[in-house]
Amino acid sequence: MTENHHIIPVWFFVGVMLLLYGILIFVSGLVEWPHPPATVLSNLHAPVWWGALLTVLGGFYCYHFRPGRSRP
Amino acid sequence: MLTTLALLAAPRLVRLAPVDLFIVSFYFAFVLAIGFYLKTKAKTGEDFFLAGREMTAWVAGLAFVSANLGSLELMGWAGSAYQYGILATHWYWVGAIPAMVFLGLVMMPFYYISKTHSVPGYLQLRYGPEASALSAVTFAVMTILMSGVNMYAMAVVMKVVLGWNINFSIWVSSLTVGVYVAAGGLFSAIFNEVLQFFLIWFGALLIPILGMVETGGWKGMVARIHENFPGQDFTHLWGPTAHFSANPMGIHWTGVVFGLGCAVSMGYWTTDFLVVQRVLSAKDIRSAKMAPIIGSFFKMAVPLIVILPGLLGLAVLPMHLFPASNLQAGQHSYNEVLPLMLARYCGPGLLGLGITALVAGFMAGMAGNVSAFATVWTYDIYRPFIRKTAPDAHYVSMGRWCTMIGLFISIGTAYVVMGFASIMDYVQALFGMFIAPLFGTVLLGMLWKRVSRAAGFWGLLAGVSSSATMFALMKFDPERWVHVFALSPLAKGLAQDMYQALWSCLTCVVVTVLVTLVTKPRPDQELHGLVYSLTPVAHEEHASIWHKPLTWGIVAMAVWAVLQIIFW
Repeated sequence: MTENHHIIPVWFFVGVMLLLYGILIFVSGLVEWPHPPATVLSNLHAPVWWGALLTVLGGFYCYHFRPGRSRP
Repeated sequence: MLTTLALLAAPRLVRLAPVDLFIVSFYFAFVLAIGFYLKTKAKTGEDFFLAGREMTAWVAGLAFVSANLGSLELMGWAGSAYQYGILATHWYWVGAIPAMVFLGLVMMPFYYISKTHSVPGYLQLRYGPEASALSAVTFAVMTILMSGVNMYAMAVVMKVVLGWNINFSIWVSSLTVGVYVAAGGLFSAIFNEVLQFFLIWFGALLIPILGMVETGGWKGMVARIHENFPGQDFTHLWGPTAHFSANPMGIHWTGVVFGLGCAVSMGYWTTDFLVVQRVLSAKDIRSAKMAPIIGSFFKMAVPLIVILPGLLGLAVLPMHLFPASNLQAGQHSYNEVLPLMLARYCGPGLLGLGITALVAGFMAGMAGNVSAFATVWTYDIYRPFIRKTAPDAHYVSMGRWCTMIGLFISIGTAYVVMGFASIMDYVQALFGMFIAPLFGTVLLGMLWKRVSRAAGFWGLLAGVSSSATMFALMKFDPERWVHVFALSPLAKGLAQDMYQALWSCLTCVVVTVLVTLVTKPRPDQELHGLVYSLTPVAHEEHASIWHKPLTWGIVAMAVWAVLQIIFW
């Protein structure tokens, strides 16, 4: 995709978005931990583990597809 | 209909926290920044209209499936799942997978080898200007009208769900889309569609996960549905289609298989330029063949985030939902099931992600419409009929301008629909009228070299005319005509559409064959690269079995068949 135009891979942008959203959701999950919102199954603290998942995935995409990294 | 919905519904379904607002706002800023970055890369016509034809199979495949994964689509089909049960899954499985595999293995080589830039462009090469002009003009007009209809519908949803002002939703989202598509062309549209794909999955996947936890798994969910709606079968795919009266849709399996599977689905996935354009951006023929097949695997999984939340709504929501046309104050419509489930499980942060997914789906859908419109207008109407010879830069400039002009026409359409909401149903129905006959025209043109130029045009015209006639008769005198065309007086709107598509496609094929038999065919030398018997198609003979599109096409069909059996 990037050979002719040297465009930053779309996967890098995906990584940035997931990383930022993951951190925000993870932190907001931690902040509300003592007083979870009035949603069903809030005792499972979904924002914490879902935010962590997004952070890890976003971090991987950012690292693996970072601009300037040579790929085979 | 939606205006009524906006007025009758509760003040707002959800209230966003600051973190949610930041998540939504960041998305707008992010896609604009990407658009301005890509502007420096989209310099030639091929860059702007076909993303340089250098997308990998994965990017083209995700964009291909995302172009059909708009937020109205998500909410609409989740609502259909609540209304009709798992029958709605047919539109994702039999109504998509065989057609996507067929596109990849059979039709894509011709689109790609002919180096066409659009579906009307292929018709121009195969049949000449008459059939191409008919297809291009109808596609351009209908695409831009559909974009306006979707824009208005989404603004109403934002009002109902979030309490946002309708004008604010229309102008902010459409200007954002206009700026980034005018800047980066198809590059921008495809990048946004890939982002949207991830957002939708991560924004919506928690609903089925938490729903399954709450109900105790599939069996628990089915038990709760039976408890809430005794005597109705919402969880079987094919069994209830043995008789028209055995399912809430009023459809027979023949309508699903032949109407949906053979006419509507094949027409949409193989000839609707909005989706085909994504695959044409692939970097080589193998990627072009693989892209729809990769897309088919993701398409098979979409019911997880669309149909399952609708079924879970039947199981866990404390209230019953109703048709939008018959809503009392304080009640919710079927189409609100997805936002209701989102609000049920998601607090601050997750709610922002879910809402951003809906907004992104809407914006990506609009970007798809305006980028396809810009291509068809510039290459299939402006260049052949208005200005035949001009520098490439002129056509790129035209593409940028008509992106913005198309967007303003869409905004105008949105305001017209706001005043006359019933127009929306007609525009959507009209769009469907062109799809099924077009499949007959394109497929016959690819597979049979004898089909003549006149046959292509008259077959397409006959198919479209018959579709419009059937629609009008069933709409204005349903008691007399629904049982004639849809084979049963019990057939609801969706079932009627399936049979209408089937008969119009058959009409197109019959007229095309008859006209072909009495007209002169084109010489063989004019049809190289356009017709099956005159085109050498590369078959990846030296690739390993795991790199062959045929292998993955067979795997996709096998998985699809197993799913049919599991949920039979």
